[in-house]
Amino acid sequence: MNKTQNNMPWFLVLSVFILVMFSAIIPLMTAVNYSVQDIFGQNTAHFVDVQWYQEVLQNPRLQDALLRQFMYSGSALTIEIPLVIVVALMMPTWGAMASLTLIVLATSLLIRWLVIGTVCQLFSRADIGLVGHVINSLGIDYNYANNAIDAWLIVVLMDVWHWTSLIALLCYSGLRAIPDAYYQAAKIDRASYWMIFKFIQLPKLKGVLIIGILLRFMDSFMIYTDPFVLSGGGPGSSTTFLSQTLTKMAIEQFDIGTAAVFSMIYFLIVLLISWLFFTTISQLERQN
Amino acid sequence: MCCRKSVGIWVYSVFVFLSVYWLINMSFKSNVEILDTFSLWPQPLTWIHCWVIFTDPSWYNGYFNSIYYVVLNSIITLLVAPPAVFLPTFFQFYSSVGFDTHIAVALAHCLFSVPLAVWVLEGFMSSVPREIDKTAFIDDNSLPRFFIRIFLPLMSSGIGVTVFFSFMFCGVERLLFRALSSIEEKPFARPMIRTIGASGVDWGVLAVTEVLTIIPGILVSTLSVIMR
Repeated sequence: MNKTQNNMPWFLVLSVFILVMFSAIIPLMTAVNYSVQDIFGQNTAHFVDVQWYQEVLQNPRLQDALLRQFMYSGSALTIEIPLVIVVALMMPTWGAMASLTLIVLATSLLIRWLVIGTVCQLFSRADIGLVGHVINSLGIDYNYANNAIDAWLIVVLMDVWHWTSLIALLCYSGLRAIPDAYYQAAKIDRASYWMIFKFIQLPKLKGVLIIGILLRFMDSFMIYTDPFVLSGGGPGSSTTFLSQTLTKMAIEQFDIGTAAVFSMIYFLIVLLISWLFFTTISQLERQN
Repeated sequence: MCCRKSVGIWVYSVFVFLSVYWLINMSFKSNVEILDTFSLWPQPLTWIHCWVIFTDPSWYNGYFNSIYYVVLNSIITLLVAPPAVFLPTFFQFYSSVGFDTHIAVALAHCLFSVPLAVWVLEGFMSSVPREIDKTAFIDDNSLPRFFIRIFLPLMSSGIGVTVFFSFMFCGVERLLFRALSSIEEKPFARPMIRTIGASGVDWGVLAVTEVLTIIPGILVSTLSVIMR
């Protein structure tokens, strides 16, 4: 007996569709609406066509923020990805130690982002922090509140501290999915540790790693709370990234038209990158 | 090799926990000690800052509010994301939506958690073999019955992972709280700002509040590791 085609399950998607509609699509269309109009109080709006778009694309403040954003995401990823692989390989695989490591690694993920910033602040301040005290007592002049390089180091270090665990946990579960038979076969062939990594572990990790890189890229690209609390975007605007520039524009200056355009462009960049990752993932799956 | 591995993971764990240690250390120091001296453990140990939190309702109510949001968001995400048609339930939620209610904040958090949950769950769902579907059909199971009795138990570990994720992303966010809540529904993060006053920052109280916000997270991760 063959199973008949049943289209009923489509209705199961309905609830998700309605919720996403309510929480994502309608707000997005509101931003589209704002981006082509100049809105005054009392509901008087004036259609301005692409004027905001032209202004935003030529605004040096936004261009700088975009550049800093890419530098930030880039440096966070270059540190985190190798570290993630090393940590995932080092994690114990069984027993109480394995559970303990999982809990330790999950800790930083379950701390509020607001608190992440303050924890790092208390930890790294030049006057009361452990890091600040140790570095300064080594004779190196360190104060992230007025030195841009120090601020960058601390902000990136915070990202590493906060997020390495997430991808490490993903990779760890990817590694656990490799059957023991593979390792036994490698042992018979007297494969070196490096060979096992290169031919057994890395290919298995590839899929997870790509998802991890995508997640990390997205999160670091949209980062707001962590650097906002830690450095406030300073000193100057050296650690002011895209989202902070956007909130300043939208909420503090109430410049809704340009802010809407900015968020549209922001959204398009994120969409483009997700699409790139998505095609890479589906290509990889097809190869398998 | 084994030794080197465990040394490495210890080093990393220390890296993760060093700042948390410093935080706990600070929360038991007096403000004078924090500002004037450098000490690796509190001398003498003080409970003043803890008292401030536990005796003032505007502090501990915020704490309960945060937990309420997080639980609510996890529930909605779980109801909607494994696309079990719990639409009536959702409409009950929907009708009570409004500014400055717990549900409004929780719903807004669904923006992040629902797509993520669908993404995570999809992987677990597609790993359930197609044959199970067919067998269930031969046994004359209706769709809801199949879903609840057969499909959901098969992917229970996936649901656990999803709860972890939705808790993680809801519990840690700040912007939406700020946009959607005014006075009544303040989560814990809001009163934290009060520690920053004209005379400087009350570092000790700040440290205690942070230690308190970390505790539920550690509980959740411990629970999910034990249930694994």
